[in-house]
Amino acid sequence: MSDTALKGVSVLEYANFVAGPYCARLLADLGAEVIKVEAPVNGDQSRTRGPHLQDKPHRETSGLFLYLNANKLGVTLNLSSSSGQRIFKDLASQTDILIEDNPPQTLQKLGLDYLQLKAINPRLVMTSITPFGQNGPYKNYKAYYLNSYHASLVGYFTPEVLSEEELEREPLKVGGYIGEYGVGVSAALATTAALYYQYFSGEGQQIDISKQEAILNFFGVDAARFANWQEHPCRMRQLKGLGGMLTCRDGHALVAFNEEHQWQALVKIMGNPEWALDPKYLQQAHRAEDDEKIMEGIIQWSKQHDKDEIYHIGQIEGCPIGPVLSTQEIFDSAQARAREYFMEIEHPCAGIQSYPSLPFKLSQTPSRVSRPAPIRGQHNKEVYCQRLGYSQQELIKLTQAGII
Amino acid sequence: MNGLGKGALSGVRITDLTWAWAGPFATTLLTYLGAEVIRVESQKRPDHTRTRSITTGQLFGGLDNSPIFNYMNQNKLGVSLNLSHPESVNLVKRLVCISDVIAENMRPGSVDRMGLGYPVLQKVNPSIIMLSSSARGGTGPEKTYTGYAPTFGALGGAAYLTGYAGDVPARLLGEMDLISGTAAALAVVAALNHRARTGRGQLIDLSSSEVISSLLGEAFLDYSMNQRVQTRQGNRDDIMAPHNCYPCLGKDNWVSIAVATDEEWQTLCQAMGRPDLVQEERFATCHNRWHNQEELDNIVAQWTRDKSRYQVMDLLQNCGVAAVPSFNSEDIYTDPHLNARDFWHQVEHPTLGKQLMIAPPWKMSATPARNRKGGPLMGQHNEFVLGELLGLSQSEIQRLVEEKAIY
Repeated sequence: MSDTALKGVSVLEYANFVAGPYCARLLADLGAEVIKVEAPVNGDQSRTRGPHLQDKPHRETSGLFLYLNANKLGVTLNLSSSSGQRIFKDLASQTDILIEDNPPQTLQKLGLDYLQLKAINPRLVMTSITPFGQNGPYKNYKAYYLNSYHASLVGYFTPEVLSEEELEREPLKVGGYIGEYGVGVSAALATTAALYYQYFSGEGQQIDISKQEAILNFFGVDAARFANWQEHPCRMRQLKGLGGMLTCRDGHALVAFNEEHQWQALVKIMGNPEWALDPKYLQQAHRAEDDEKIMEGIIQWSKQHDKDEIYHIGQIEGCPIGPVLSTQEIFDSAQARAREYFMEIEHPCAGIQSYPSLPFKLSQTPSRVSRPAPIRGQHNKEVYCQRLGYSQQELIKLTQAGII
Repeated sequence: MNGLGKGALSGVRITDLTWAWAGPFATTLLTYLGAEVIRVESQKRPDHTRTRSITTGQLFGGLDNSPIFNYMNQNKLGVSLNLSHPESVNLVKRLVCISDVIAENMRPGSVDRMGLGYPVLQKVNPSIIMLSSSARGGTGPEKTYTGYAPTFGALGGAAYLTGYAGDVPARLLGEMDLISGTAAALAVVAALNHRARTGRGQLIDLSSSEVISSLLGEAFLDYSMNQRVQTRQGNRDDIMAPHNCYPCLGKDNWVSIAVATDEEWQTLCQAMGRPDLVQEERFATCHNRWHNQEELDNIVAQWTRDKSRYQVMDLLQNCGVAAVPSFNSEDIYTDPHLNARDFWHQVEHPTLGKQLMIAPPWKMSATPARNRKGGPLMGQHNEFVLGELLGLSQSEIQRLVEEKAIY
């Protein structure tokens, strides 16, 4: 059996919804052992969100939960009780990493903040993910995923519009929960870096992640445009003369001709239409002036073709074209199949389903998914009895008391 | 912490052959964490971010005046090596000997043709970690295909899901690159952890379009479980309503408001001065609000329209309703919260002067992540890297300059 990148690393996750759980899921796929702590009965909020198997709401069949929590052990624990807090301390004393996303001061009130946990586990890396971070005037402000996205500039720029009138329509978030997932990736990066430091120094630390700042870091150039140049960019189309969205017979495709040779390749595959042969169009500045006319001309051509057809011709001739693919089209694509990008995972309630896998392949330490997402409290016995040494009777008592 | 400060990755050295956005951002994130990054480039084929903004079309004049390059390559050392010259290729191999990581995102196959593919570099330094980042990954029928942020968004599935309901998909921009770069940096640090434990290097094959797909897990599960193909739905949520951006005073000013519970709804009604709405059956439950959300959107928009974004945020946040302006570039600069969190850092650049950079996305207590300096001028650190690190003599360097190997 091959090695994994984070073999032997233990992670405790006390987090909800997308960002924290995705951070821990990434660490799990890289080889860490993740114990996910959920509140008894209801569990993670994402369990109540769709998509559900056959659209029947059930806490064990949320596709969102299943994806974000595969490869983890799951325990239930009520942290509002003192016994619950003691058990949490036991868990935290044995872990390398704690991922949590509670509002600032919540854990402090429970005696479970970084300083107190550090006293029992100096090696602990504790990653806290909140909408606005641990300090500052908005630290206690509420933000759901929509708010976090729009707090971070990227929303203000989405979608690109072509006219002033279109600015009357509201700015949008990117599809799904991409902002939250992105925060999870960013958090996983800082956490593994702290783990690296821990390996050599034996020292742990606290990592404070504001979702707003993490998402802003995906748009750092535009974020600084007012600060440095007093510019007020908005979602009015900026990238001109460089391509854009095309209409095809069966949907849409994006074309990008950032370089002169890419434009030439496009002109060639369009069959050298008269209007496109104007030599001044070899320069972006001139294409930008005639942006609208150029896009119309290209669309006249693309409308007569399928998106996949122009994708492959474009790539072969040297003009980057990307078809706008649906989930189904990605799932069915030859590229995804060849790279074994989708993996099947069997879950006791949701059956065998196809899941996206890690988006990078490590030659020596392939990712490993060894179990589906846990049902609520699935590993209580394994974790509390076998690892923490509670007896079977104590487990029953704790369950009856609503602590686990 | 002392003035120099230690980073989590202090002592890690990276040879950086990346260019454009996704690659350089990955290695910049690693510099925030303390790694030393040596950016290898040449005026023979300069990074387009050195010459112009593809966002605005602006030309920067010369190679050393680009704020975009400066941001994407902050904290790095710069060495100018012309990789079409065999002696430069050898110098890169010598850099690989003294590096922990080499990163590249050239057109797939290019590094192999240059004689810098993983099998070669692995012989040069068996414990090297190589990051190879590409549009579609290094295997499969589309492995040679190229792309930019907008095509990653299209091929990855995000564009299809972004836009107004029933309208065209959106062209997604730089954030696709930078999320991909963040995932790439994660893969590198995971491999560094493995190397610390075992001494072994490896090859990382990252697909930028797969990075985007991996952020859409629930949409793929919906297809797997229910054969449903999700599509664009604006700002809408599956459960919450209201859940949208609403117009405020001024031009193109918006506030996002999201309501998850009955309690939040009732609070919002009070705050809007519309206690009558609490009694309305059609808005009484989550389910009813969701089904009548267009009407709800109109009611909320009518209330927000004559207020400032900050006024709406302050009012609603004070009573526990999630409301945040859709912040623009000026807001980001002036906002009291971000400033209280020390979000802006100033660095000096030899030609651009003082430049403000946004802070790294993490506050780390033991090993603070930081912006230390701007990006390198073309060849700025040739002396240090080639002379001091590789031990080339002045006369050798001079000869290589004349031969345009150093160029």
